[in-house]
Amino acid sequence: MGDDRVWDVLIIGGGAVGATLARALSRFHLDVALLEWQAEVAFGVSKANSGIVHSAMHASPDTLKGKLEYPGNLGWRQLHDELGFGLNNVGEVLVALDDEQLVRIEEIRQQGIRKGIPGTQAWTAERTLDAQPNLTREVKGAVWAPTACVFNPYEAVMLVADAARRNGVTIAEEQRVVGIDPPDAEDPDAPLTVRTETDVWRGRFVVNAAGLFADDIAEFAGVRDFKILPRKGEEYLLDKRLSGIVTSIIFPCPSPISKGTLVNPTVDGTIMVGPTAQTVDDKFDTSTTEEGAAQVFTNARKLVPTISERDIIAEFAGLRPVSDTEDFIVGPTDRRGFINAAGIQSPGLTGAPALADLLVDILADEGLELDEKDHWDPTAPHPVKFNQLPTEEQQALARRDPRYAHLICRCEIITEAEVRDAMDRGAHTLDGLKFRTRVGMGRCQGGFCTWGCMQLLAEHQGITIPEVTKRGTGTWIVCDRDDHPVTTARNGG
Amino acid sequence: MPITSQPRHLLSRYDVTVVGAGPAGLSAAVAAREQGAERILMVDRDPEPGGILLQCIHSGFGLHEFKQDVTGPEYAHLALERVIEQDVDVLTNTYVTDVTRDLRVKLMSPEAGISTLDTGSLVIATGARERTRAAIKIPGERPAGVMTAGLAQKMVNLHGYLPGRRAVILGSGDIGLIMARRLTLEGVQVLGVFELLPFASGLGRNVVQCLQDFDIPLHLSTTVVDIHGHQRVERIAVAPVDDDLVPQLDKSWDIECDTLLLSIGLIPDAELARQLQLNLDPRTGGPVVTSTMETSLPGVFAAGNNLHINDLADWVSQEARAAGAAAGDVALGRHRARQDVTVTPGRNVAYVVPHTLSTERSQTVSFRVKQPIYGDTMLHLGDAHKRKVRAVVPPEMVTMKVSPKLLDGFAGDTLRVDAIPVEEEES
Repeated sequence: MGDDRVWDVLIIGGGAVGATLARALSRFHLDVALLEWQAEVAFGVSKANSGIVHSAMHASPDTLKGKLEYPGNLGWRQLHDELGFGLNNVGEVLVALDDEQLVRIEEIRQQGIRKGIPGTQAWTAERTLDAQPNLTREVKGAVWAPTACVFNPYEAVMLVADAARRNGVTIAEEQRVVGIDPPDAEDPDAPLTVRTETDVWRGRFVVNAAGLFADDIAEFAGVRDFKILPRKGEEYLLDKRLSGIVTSIIFPCPSPISKGTLVNPTVDGTIMVGPTAQTVDDKFDTSTTEEGAAQVFTNARKLVPTISERDIIAEFAGLRPVSDTEDFIVGPTDRRGFINAAGIQSPGLTGAPALADLLVDILADEGLELDEKDHWDPTAPHPVKFNQLPTEEQQALARRDPRYAHLICRCEIITEAEVRDAMDRGAHTLDGLKFRTRVGMGRCQGGFCTWGCMQLLAEHQGITIPEVTKRGTGTWIVCDRDDHPVTTARNGG
Repeated sequence: MPITSQPRHLLSRYDVTVVGAGPAGLSAAVAAREQGAERILMVDRDPEPGGILLQCIHSGFGLHEFKQDVTGPEYAHLALERVIEQDVDVLTNTYVTDVTRDLRVKLMSPEAGISTLDTGSLVIATGARERTRAAIKIPGERPAGVMTAGLAQKMVNLHGYLPGRRAVILGSGDIGLIMARRLTLEGVQVLGVFELLPFASGLGRNVVQCLQDFDIPLHLSTTVVDIHGHQRVERIAVAPVDDDLVPQLDKSWDIECDTLLLSIGLIPDAELARQLQLNLDPRTGGPVVTSTMETSLPGVFAAGNNLHINDLADWVSQEARAAGAAAGDVALGRHRARQDVTVTPGRNVAYVVPHTLSTERSQTVSFRVKQPIYGDTMLHLGDAHKRKVRAVVPPEMVTMKVSPKLLDGFAGDTLRVDAIPVEEEES
């Protein structure tokens, strides 16, 4: 790509970290490209997780995670205001079920206060049940933290990447990095050469935000000091009729190793329970298991006793990119110009906007000149969420553009105009449309809208229907008829 | 050529509004008009009326309704001709997104914008949707190439694309069986049909004509236990199930394929019913209805697959005729027939529709059995009526005509519907 062009910064990985960094760098006069190996951004770790912007009480301020958590929380809220992705400030209820846990949750609250988290409260059992009447009667007390939010991380990351693109960043998808050339012995200041399956990219700085594959990318650069050990989390979504069973994120008192199983409303109003935490070998293992479900529901019922496996409507598993150091690995490396942003496990999603700012500072320390643009636009037109508008506003939109009166997805009430907007913002696969607009996520799981979406995708990209994919190379949906011998029934029927 | 007729303009009030222009909607609209209702609106989400019939290009339709063996599109055409003879407003590409309990209808249409209108009565004829992978929780990866049989049918028959080259079909519902034949004729290798239950879910004639005639193996008591492939389906694992339908994983085997079609059942599309807070029958998944297909909300009727899953379009047309006629009557403020007899499923009966009968009119009771009986079977409608049939199987809906005379003396009673082998009854 660009042959001799030398980019100021190449970001490897289009997840929460890569996208927020790209957007942060878009404020400056810089040539920035973000390389994503999948068909669209946010198709990796950022896609499959609990979707929580954490309250920021939990992580110790002595760790990098803990330092980035609260600024990250504020960062997401600001991005929500600027870009208009869904984000609900539902708050967190951290529940104690015995006296020992009461002591522990108060310690967490005090830690939050030291970190500057406003508005936390220590609740009695009565106050807790008043706020969340479906919690177990065993509850001894709780900590209320109003700073926690829920959002769709993929929607947010996709819009952040779109905002970066609007401000001049190149977003290059299906760019799987296969190698980074060794340093030039003659010229240590020479740019790094990053090779993908199809292209060659040269950058003065390379930021490794490659999630689950950050160790592989680091190894290409000759940096071999950490390993990523994927830790799987299974999540279960419950029938919409359970909406409202809890109205905030319900946390159990954490054990030293895990935040435990949460029960939370999603930004779309469904109830989600999970995650599990299981270290796996395979970076592609996103299967759900019977044991995982059993564990999640056993734990969830300790908090909300009426929750049942029978109410599962969808399930998924995601992998946390846990480094073997258990902390974030952020900063310059022995390889000149190669910066790590690796091992970004929980609360990495929450911390991402703050991590992006930190990475900008690190790049500046390493010699990147930051010359602010005069006309940088932090905002972008907010995507229309048609199904959430009052009828009068819907009618006004439809009068302006009849495509707002043409439904593509009946289960979720998504219009042609919204699908077209998503494509204008970069969606070019069925999954890309689905995660941006929720088309196909409803009860019929795409049975009705798939054809309509395929037609729009083909038209928008000027490709044929068989070239439309679910999520990029190899994920074709239909193929052409060929010439073939006519088959007939045995009895001629 | 698409047959559509856009309304001259949308009225602010209709006598009868029919949601869905498949076999149920087409038949209901005509019946309402014939009953004397004047302002009738029929809306459909697709660009042209006909519903799922349009993608059912095989024959076997219309033997009862039109006394001839026709294909789905031909059946739709014949039914639509009756509509066109009448003065019915047809609005396509249109969704009814909301209906309130005082029958204010909100619809979305590129031609008519986002409008609200009032209706005297409403016929819900929205059909069914297919159960998906999520409904049965097949473990494994989530590659492209897993598709419901009905969506595959649409891709092949309406749009001319194939879902893949080597296909396995899970579930022996009628759409799956029909697609096994269709794909074979299109040159796709259909490697087998797998059915969890010990008997096929589709009609016997389809097992013979779609599988046996093409040497496509049907594996009963066997299911898919794993799906492999990061991008596209590469391989699936199947395994026999025990008597409790639990897969015997130690006996599983792999099949290399690029496509898995699911034909694992239909679910009544009861979105409007739920929105209107109609009483639903958990056995059918559709609304509870009277002998005129009126739901628990007066003025709202249901017919076709959103009421219960039918096996033949012909039955849908007949059932919807009753609904449409009564919807016309209600809109015109005519007397409603008394609903004075209750029916309930009894021995070996999965469900019964309608849920009440009238001693004032003729009606048809439809039901499905739970277990097949391959021999002489006695069908009972309480003590009011019994009838001997040669066999009953779950895939084939059973119907019974019930005249007012049969119900004489049963007003106020609950009649249980049973399907019992004759020998058990005699012993």
